[in-house]
Amino acid sequence: MSTITFTLNNSQVTVDAPPMTRLLDLLREHLHLTGTKEGCGEGECGSCSVLLNGELVNSCLVPTLQVQGATVTTIEGLGEHTHLHPIQQCFLEEGGAQCGICTPGMILATHHLLEKHPAPTLDEIREGLSGNLCRCTGYMRIFEAVQQTAKLAEAGK
Amino acid sequence: MAAKESIVGSPALRYEGEAKVLGYAKYIDDLHFPQMIHGATVRSKFPRGRITAIRYGEGIPWDEFTIVTWKDIPGENTIVHLLKDHPCLVQEIVNHPEEPIVLLAHPDKALLRKAVDAVTIEYEPLPAVFTIEESEAPDAPVIWNSEAGDSPNVFKTYLMEKGHVEDVWATADYIIEGEYSTGAQEQFYIENNGVIAEYSEQGVTVWGSMQCPYYLHHALQLAFGLPEQKCRVIQVETGGAFGGKEDYPSVIGCHAALLAMKSGRPVKMVYDRMEDMAATTKRHPSRTRHRTAVSKDGKLLGGEIEFAIDGGAYVTLSPVVLSRGTIHAAGPYNWPHLRIRAKAVATNCPPHGAFRGFGAPQSIFGLERHMDLIAKTVGITPEELRRRNFLQPGGTTATGQLIKDPIDLNGMLTRALEESGYHAKRAEFAKTNPTSPIKRGIGFATFMHGAGFTGSGERRLNSLVAIEVDDEGKPEILVSSTEFGQGTNTILCQVAAQTLHISYKDVRIAQPDTDRVPNSGPTVASRTAMIVGKLVEDASHNLLTCMRASGLLEETYTPEQFCHAALAYKQQHGELRATARYQAPDDIFWDDDKYHGDAYPAYAWAVYVAEVAVDTRTYMAEVKNFWALQEVGKVLNPVLAKGQVEGGVAQGIGYAIYEKCVWKDGVMANNQMTNYIMPTSADLPPIHVLFEEVPSIHGPFGAKGIGELPMDGPAPAILNAIEEATGVRFNHCPLLPEDIFDKLANPTLISADSSQLQPAVAGPVFSGTTP
Amino acid sequence: MRSDVRDYTLTAPGSLDAVLSALAANPRLTPIAGGTELMVALGVGRLGRHELISLDGLKELRFIEERPETLILGAGATFTDIRRNAAIAREFPLLAQTASWTGSIANQNRGTLGGNIANASPAADNPPALLAYDASIELVSATGRRTLPYDEFHLGYKKTVLQPGELIYAIHLPRRFAQHRQYVRKVGTRNAQAIAKIALAATALIDEAMVREIRLAGASLIDRPVRLHATEALLLGKAITPELRTQAAAVLASEIKPIDDIRSTAKYRIAVACNLLDEFLLSL
Ligand SMILES: Cc1cc2nc3c(=O)[nH]c(=O)nc-3n(C[C@H](O)[C@H](O)[C@H](O)COP(=O)(O)OP(=O)(O)OC[C@H]3O[C@@H](n4cnc5c(N)ncnc54)[C@H](O)[C@@H]3O)c2cc1C
Ligand code: FES
Ligand code: FES
Repeated sequence: MSTITFTLNNSQVTVDAPPMTRLLDLLREHLHLTGTKEGCGEGECGSCSVLLNGELVNSCLVPTLQVQGATVTTIEGLGEHTHLHPIQQCFLEEGGAQCGICTPGMILATHHLLEKHPAPTLDEIREGLSGNLCRCTGYMRIFEAVQQTAKLAEAGK
Repeated sequence: MAAKESIVGSPALRYEGEAKVLGYAKYIDDLHFPQMIHGATVRSKFPRGRITAIRYGEGIPWDEFTIVTWKDIPGENTIVHLLKDHPCLVQEIVNHPEEPIVLLAHPDKALLRKAVDAVTIEYEPLPAVFTIEESEAPDAPVIWNSEAGDSPNVFKTYLMEKGHVEDVWATADYIIEGEYSTGAQEQFYIENNGVIAEYSEQGVTVWGSMQCPYYLHHALQLAFGLPEQKCRVIQVETGGAFGGKEDYPSVIGCHAALLAMKSGRPVKMVYDRMEDMAATTKRHPSRTRHRTAVSKDGKLLGGEIEFAIDGGAYVTLSPVVLSRGTIHAAGPYNWPHLRIRAKAVATNCPPHGAFRGFGAPQSIFGLERHMDLIAKTVGITPEELRRRNFLQPGGTTATGQLIKDPIDLNGMLTRALEESGYHAKRAEFAKTNPTSPIKRGIGFATFMHGAGFTGSGERRLNSLVAIEVDDEGKPEILVSSTEFGQGTNTILCQVAAQTLHISYKDVRIAQPDTDRVPNSGPTVASRTAMIVGKLVEDASHNLLTCMRASGLLEETYTPEQFCHAALAYKQQHGELRATARYQAPDDIFWDDDKYHGDAYPAYAWAVYVAEVAVDTRTYMAEVKNFWALQEVGKVLNPVLAKGQVEGGVAQGIGYAIYEKCVWKDGVMANNQMTNYIMPTSADLPPIHVLFEEVPSIHGPFGAKGIGELPMDGPAPAILNAIEEATGVRFNHCPLLPEDIFDKLANPTLISADSSQLQPAVAGPVFSGTTP
Repeated sequence: MRSDVRDYTLTAPGSLDAVLSALAANPRLTPIAGGTELMVALGVGRLGRHELISLDGLKELRFIEERPETLILGAGATFTDIRRNAAIAREFPLLAQTASWTGSIANQNRGTLGGNIANASPAADNPPALLAYDASIELVSATGRRTLPYDEFHLGYKKTVLQPGELIYAIHLPRRFAQHRQYVRKVGTRNAQAIAKIALAATALIDEAMVREIRLAGASLIDRPVRLHATEALLLGKAITPELRTQAAAVLASEIKPIDDIRSTAKYRIAVACNLLDEFLLSL
């Protein structure tokens, strides 16, 4: 067992867990944050995506000990009921979520993408989201949602 | 009257969308019940054999485990689908790899995993077959034999005939033969199969990721020998299904319930990706053989089609998949004479099951590739060939169904080819290809897809829906139709809101729970929008009639007045509820024995165009651009409808050139996401979705089915384009670079078929194959 | 999740020296950096090493340093670090390119160059570029350091010269490829997140139409990341003619031994390797 302290969605948490516990399981099973999903457990699908120190990572591949002292953002830290994050709002409006299982990861990947490229080209979007598999949408509505978010941000400046 | 703007046809926001984008939506693995433990499955590691012993290895505290074998099944040892050949747990004979033999449950998931690995199954091997060819070989071992089947190793056959095809061969200018095949395809929903089961005096309850709560409900009744009212099934948020959660939840649902019964605790069973891929259903592999009589001017005179699918080890849904594949094998063309023989054979692979399109993508692949071969042989363009043979209003389909809707396939083809710049591109590619290592091509497929259950299926389903007003005066739709991404919740609420003249956000839809919702049929077969949607419309009308009859609601009213009237009604009568039951249209007839008549109440029609590039250095084909034009009746929600088409096209592109199940003696060898290749966002081309709307009388506000259609067209359109690009015929999908290489680098492997003949000399080539 | 995490230990001593002493004291310890290989193995129940020590966050390993003659990449540099580095983009575009191919963005944010090399998969994306740039590899242990040509690092299938207790410290790239023609192409199963079915990286210095210097390296051509010495030898000092290209393909085909596996076939791999080589030679 290791005791690990880190910042999760803006608050500090301390947990005891075996150090090789996957961050994914720590979030879902120890901390009951189930917005982060498991699609494969092998780094392929991206549905377990979270932001670790601001960088997009697959939480199924991060041993818990390695988040000691770090900052972690999950989908639960992005928006809330009365106040959707603009990315969430655009996914909702453009049809970016169908079955919704890839959606939390996809939204965090979008968040990371827009941080790096506030006005991404289509190719940047295609590459930036290519680690997040979606079986429902064929990605087209997701691209629209990303572009729409970027447009709104640009207009809001 | 309020709500003047049309709700139907508007991009109403996804009903459960907010919960999904926030990450609040609870899928099965997100749920936790007090006292809950975990279940797992011990499976066969061999394709076929007789079990001689089950050994529970050292080092595991077995006394802490709940262990279930077939002996613990209180009812019948079967997962009922159409027949009862499929055992819930193996009793003696294993018929496929990954077949469930023992179930284990324990509170500690990690220990459970070790326990599964510690069980060994000893067995005497029995001979096995793994492909259609092996199954039908004259000396094949008999691996499946049942009175209910049509012959040893054959689950089901159909014979569909129109006219007298024997008579056409003698007079045909050309007789053109071709054989086409398709591989298995994994549904690849991102959420694996999973359920939670609970058992008590009151009966058995299963929550799960699924499409058809009443299928599992039925399966539980048999496996537990319990009456209907003691079985309860609740669908929770489902992370994709595509057919993969049509029949399989009956298996995992019964398993978890058995563990719950024996342990006395709630049991969660959620597969991981490797188990889900290896053990659950996939699209049926298929083989289609065509023999077609054609006149000099490119008219189809008649044809014989032999369609075979590999059903895997048990019947499951194969007869129904075969049926849809059979009917769609003739395409949107006029066949004066046609005979289709179809069969579903048994192999020792895990049972193949439902997957979007349900047999149609397989037979349409064969037909649309064959149409291009015919065009080439006759010496006309693929476009011209289709134009000369399209079904027209007033014509009859291969099942003898009169086309009553004013469809205009010629017009659709013209539009799709114009939108895609087809003619200009063909000319351009013909010029640039000879000197470029990248060969480009453009091709298309024209097809149709029937909405609803086949033939008398809807009559048998006898679906029922209800609408009930809740304590806030809001109508709640009660249906067993499930949401798993396609938009069921949203479109049904749109239909109800529009019919009731209230606002979309004032309509609710109940969680599918067999204790609460009536059986509105399974969520399959492109039937929800059209059939269930229509019933929701009817039930809404019935609700209004009832309110008006009570004098509480005027002819015209505002949403507030509706709400007041509804609450007043409830106060007076205790509840306000209306229902609607399916009534077969009286002009629809179907003969199940002759396979003749009105196969579906309505069809969606489509022309899909694919532009490809094949790199002759890497032999990789890539789809560069895609146009999907379809006539689907009224589009209920443009954003959702586009999403359905784009998603289906993406799966179709995967089917065509990426997604291969690698089999080794019935075992899926590439059962990891890293080895089963589905397209990423970096692999898909722009997908241009175009609709035409010819309202159908059978659906709400004129809607028809849309869910499966987009899966049918991409594969043949893409392979047609690849032939245009390379000049080489490929007749199997998925078509991987290795396959392209095999032929491009070895011209001797390019099989001699009628397309290799000069049109002028391509007279009747009758090879004498009798289907 | 097919492993029991309670069966594993992981420590993070926090400095390179502390890690090296721990490794020296306990030969059963296995380093874990970004975890993008080892955590996959854990997930599928195939992680045989049970005692792990974390290299994540070690500043001593995560650096990219520009010296006048060489560019030094710490083993802990992630693919994202490599992609963002201006000097690499300018002088070692093949490496910038292969880093951008190494799995998804999430994977690149975690995966390290050292992990890619140490994992020693024949399909790994970055080693061919390093080989084409004539890289050296610097190893470190509690007892000291050694540097050797990277070409000598891989010994066989998943076998390297790394000794127990030894870590990859850095990769040294000589900064003298500005004039070279450079080529890299990966043939994967799809455009993103694909394991290479075959890849070829190449650098060549052409002077008066003659090949003055050439390095060819590939992935999935043999049991390890490999330099194609025989093919290089054939081409060196010659002018590229159609005949030479044909000969080069023949030598290449005899020099490599790809396999049939669930991803591809040997004959496809040979043919495509020859095609890629030809594409490069045609560009010279
Ligand atoms: C979804 C996915 C996609 C991927 N795609 C690609 C791809 O396209 N191309 C590709 O090449 N790879 C790919 N990989 C593999 C992987 O990301 C790379 O090999 C990565 O470089 C591994 O680095 P790491 O730091 O994460 O390794 P770890 O998992 O931490 O370690 C890997 C191995 O290296 C050892 N090790 C790590 N650092 C050192 C060191 N400094 N000294 C000695 N030994 C060390 C470890 O002990 C272990 O044996 C992919 C992985 C995933 C999960
Ligand atoms: S669950 Fe982590 S990438 Fe799929
Ligand atoms: S919305 Fe279902 S997987 Fe993306």
